Amino acid sequence: MSSPYITKAPGVSTIMLKVLAALIPGIAVYVWYFGPAILISLSLATATALGAEAVMLRLRKVGIKPFLLDGSAVVTAWLIALSIPPLAPWWLPVIATAFAIAVAKHLYGGLGNNLFNPAMVGYAVMIVSFPVQMTQWLAPEALTQLHLGFADQLHYVFTQALPDDAKLDAVTMATPLDTLKTQLHLQRSVTSIQSMPIFGTLGGHGTEIIALAYLLGGIYLWQQRIITWHVPAAFIAALALIAGAFYFANPAHYASPLFHLASGGAMLGAFFIATDPVTGPTTPRGKLIFAAGIGLLTYLIRVFGGYPDGVAFAVLIMNIAVPLIDAYTQPPVFGKKGKSA
Amino acid sequence: MRTLYKFNGGVHPPQHKAESTRQPILAAPLPALLTVPLQQHIGAPAKALVRPGDRVLKGQMIARAEGNVSAAVHAPTSGTVRTVEMRAVPHPSGLRDLCVEIEVDGEERWIERRPLDANDPGVLRHRLRESGVVGLGGAVFPSFIKLNPGNRQKIQTLVINGAECEPYITCDDMLMRERADEIVQGIALMRYMLNAQEVVVGIEDNKPEAIAAMRAAATQSDAPIEVVTVPTIYPGGGAKQLVRVLTGIEVAADARSLDFGVQCFNVATAYAVHRAVHHDEPALSRIVTITGNVAAPRNYEALIGTPIAELLRHAGEKPDTTGHLMGGPMMGFDLPATGVPLTKATNCVIAKSRALFPPAPAALPCIRCGECARACPADLQPMDLYWFAKSRNFGKAQEFALFDCIECGCCSYVCPSHIPLVQYFRFAKSEIHAREKEKKAADTARERHEFRLFRIEREKHERAERLAQKATEKLATLQAEAPSAETNAKQAAILAAIERAQAKKAGIIPRNIDNLPPEKLAEIAEIEARRAQMAAMAQTKDSKAE
Repeated sequence: MSSPYITKAPGVSTIMLKVLAALIPGIAVYVWYFGPAILISLSLATATALGAEAVMLRLRKVGIKPFLLDGSAVVTAWLIALSIPPLAPWWLPVIATAFAIAVAKHLYGGLGNNLFNPAMVGYAVMIVSFPVQMTQWLAPEALTQLHLGFADQLHYVFTQALPDDAKLDAVTMATPLDTLKTQLHLQRSVTSIQSMPIFGTLGGHGTEIIALAYLLGGIYLWQQRIITWHVPAAFIAALALIAGAFYFANPAHYASPLFHLASGGAMLGAFFIATDPVTGPTTPRGKLIFAAGIGLLTYLIRVFGGYPDGVAFAVLIMNIAVPLIDAYTQPPVFGKKGKSA
Repeated sequence: MRTLYKFNGGVHPPQHKAESTRQPILAAPLPALLTVPLQQHIGAPAKALVRPGDRVLKGQMIARAEGNVSAAVHAPTSGTVRTVEMRAVPHPSGLRDLCVEIEVDGEERWIERRPLDANDPGVLRHRLRESGVVGLGGAVFPSFIKLNPGNRQKIQTLVINGAECEPYITCDDMLMRERADEIVQGIALMRYMLNAQEVVVGIEDNKPEAIAAMRAAATQSDAPIEVVTVPTIYPGGGAKQLVRVLTGIEVAADARSLDFGVQCFNVATAYAVHRAVHHDEPALSRIVTITGNVAAPRNYEALIGTPIAELLRHAGEKPDTTGHLMGGPMMGFDLPATGVPLTKATNCVIAKSRALFPPAPAALPCIRCGECARACPADLQPMDLYWFAKSRNFGKAQEFALFDCIECGCCSYVCPSHIPLVQYFRFAKSEIHAREKEKKAADTARERHEFRLFRIEREKHERAERLAQKATEKLATLQAEAPSAETNAKQAAILAAIERAQAKKAGIIPRNIDNLPPEKLAEIAEIEARRAQMAAMAQTKDSKAE
C-alpha cells in the first residue's frame, strides 16, 4: 500500500442508504394518499432485487456479502416499485426488478459497469410487454367510493380478485398525464380537463404532493453532497422551458410547465433517476447536457409520443449518449485553462 | 487586504496537529553514530571527500556538489569517519545508497566559520550551494538554483510557504512559532537574491501562534513581507496550490512558477538560508515531527544522519506500533525499517497503530460518483484515469492528463468505493516511463544498427574506390616499365593454376536430367558437345600463348 494512508469513512453503502432515506418522505405521502399497496410492491421488489443480486453474484463468482450490502440493488428495487402501479399483479415488480438486476446490471458487469439505468430498463421492459397491467394505477382514496384495506390490496396483488366482486375500475384511474393526453384527443381544452377531480393544484391530486416530497428528498441529497445541482437543475429547467414555450404559444392545448414538473416521474427522475452516477456523465458540463436532454425528451415523449410519461425512455436514450458527452466535456486541467480547446 | 483565490477540490482530513505542538522544539540527543547519505537532494549525488579513518569537524564538507544540479553534504558533528559504504536510506523500497558513517566524538568541535553579510547574489548563491541548502518542504531541490532569477531582472512575487497542510506534520509550525525572526532574515536574503517586488508568506488559519509570530517578525524587517492567512485545506500547502491561492496564477504541471514571475520556498528553507549565510552553518540538522503512536509526540531538532529509531525511542514509541510513515499520511510513504537515517527531506515520522490507521476497507467497483473529480486540485477526472490505468490504456491516460496528477491523494481519500486511485496512477506513470525508456533503447539500438550497415557499405565503397585507384596507378606503372622475365614467369604460373582449375570444373557435370523427355536430352547433349569444343579451343589457344 502506498499513500494516502487515510480514507474518509462513508462508503458506497452510506450513499445508497441516504438515497433510500431521501425516498422515504415520498413513500410516506404515497401511503397517505393511495393506501399501503405501495409498501407491498416495494417489499416484493426489494426481496427480488436482493435474491437476483445474490444469484447473479454467485454465478459471476464474486464476493456476495460486500455487494449485497452495498445497497445499490435496493435503490434499483425502490425506484422500480415507485415507477409502476402499486396495484399491479405481484409478478410485475418481480419480473421488472429481476430483469433490471440480472440483465441491465449484472450482464453488463455489475455495479459500476452498466450502461443503462437498471430501474428504467426494468420499467421500460414492463411497459412494452405488459401495457395493460402497467396502467392499473390506484385512484386517490379520497376520490373512490370503494376503500381497499391493506388486506384487500395484498389479496388483489396476489390473486387479482377484489372483495365483493367489485370492479377494478372502482379503485383505479388513469394517471393525470394519461388523462390529459386522452382528453386532449377528445378536443377538450387543458383548463376544462384540469377541472376534473383527479387533478390537483399543480399536477394530479395526491401525486403532486408526492412530487413535492421527492423534491424535498432531492434537496436533502444535494445538501448531503450525494448529488450535485447540475442534473436536477438542468432537467427541471429544460422541461420547464420547452413546456413553457408550448404553453405560451397555445395554453388551451398545452399544459403549463408547473403541471409537467409536478406530474408523472419528473421529480423522481430529476433527483433520483437521472442522477444515477453510474449511467450518467461525470463532468459538470456533461451533466447539464445530459439532464437537459432528458428534460426535453421527456416533454416530447409525453406530448407527442405514444406513452403517457417519457422519463424512462428519455433517460435510456440519453444513457446511450453518455460516453460521447463525457468525451467532449472534459474540463481543462490546472494551469491549462483557456489554452486547450 | 490581499484577494485570495481558490483551487478546485481539496479535502479536510483530521489534522492531528495539536498532539505535537504542546512541547517546544527539543534538540535531539547526540547519537553515537551518524549515517549521512550523499544524495539527499534532487540532482547528482555529492562526491565524497573523506575516507574511513578521517577526522571530521562539525560543519566540514564531507562531499562536494557535483555538476550543475547538486548540493554539498557536511559532517553534522565532529568525529571519525567509519565507513563510506552503501547503507539503507529512507525510501519506500528500502533502497541502499552511498553514505558516510561518522562515529560521533561528542565534542561538537566546529570547523572555522566565515559568516557573510550583504553581498553579491552570485556569492550568496555559491555559499548556499557549498552549504548544501535544499528545499526543506519535501522536494529537496537545491535552493541556489531556484534563487537565480536568470534572464529576468526581477521577479514579481516571492511566496514563502508556511501552509503545512498535511495532517500530523508540525515542524514548520513550531519553527515559525519559535524562530520567526531568523526565518524573516532568511526571507530578506531570498528577496534580495531574486530581486523580488513583494514577499507573501502564506500560513493556514489553523496556526494562529505561527501567524502572530511571523507577523511580529515581519514588522521588524526592512523587507516588504506580508504574512497572509490562508484557509486550511489540503493540499493548500502544495507550492502550485499556494501560488494559486495567493496570486491567482495557475502554474501547470509542466511549467515553472518562475515563468510567471513567482518563486516559492518553504519557511524552513528560508531559515536554512539565514543560517548558511549569516552563521556559515551548513544544512546539518532539521526540525522533524515525531508523532502518532508515541507517548510524547513533539518536534526535534535532529542532526542529519540520526537513526530514526533513536528519535522514536526518545519520543516513547508504544509497543503496539504497526509501522512507520515518513512524511504525512496523505503523501508520505511506509518506512520498511526505522534503522534508516534522518535526511534533509525527513519532515515527519509517524508511528502507526491500528487505531490511528485502520486498514482500508476492501475496494468496491467505481460507481462514477465523481467525488474524486470534485476533490482533485489539478482539475483531473480521476475516475476516467482509473479506468484507463486499470485497462492499461496508457495512451488514453496520458491524453486525459495523467502526468498533471500531483499524487496528493485527495481522490483516494474521498473515494466511497475505497479504490486506491493514486496507486493506479503511480502504476500507470511508471509503466509509461518504462515503456518510453524501452522505446528509447530500441530506437538507439535501431539507429546504431542502421549506422553500422551504412558504415559497412561506405567502407566497402571506399575500399573499392581505393582499389580501383590503385589498380589504375599500377597499370600506369606497369605500362611505363617493360615486363621483366621474373614477372613473366609469375604470370605463367598463375595461368597454369587457372587452367588446372578450369579442367577440374569441366569434369563435374550436373546430372539433374533424369526425368526429361528425349528431345530435351538431345538438346542438352548438343550443348554439352559445344561446350567441350569451346574448352578444347580455349586449350589450344592457351597452349599457343604458352
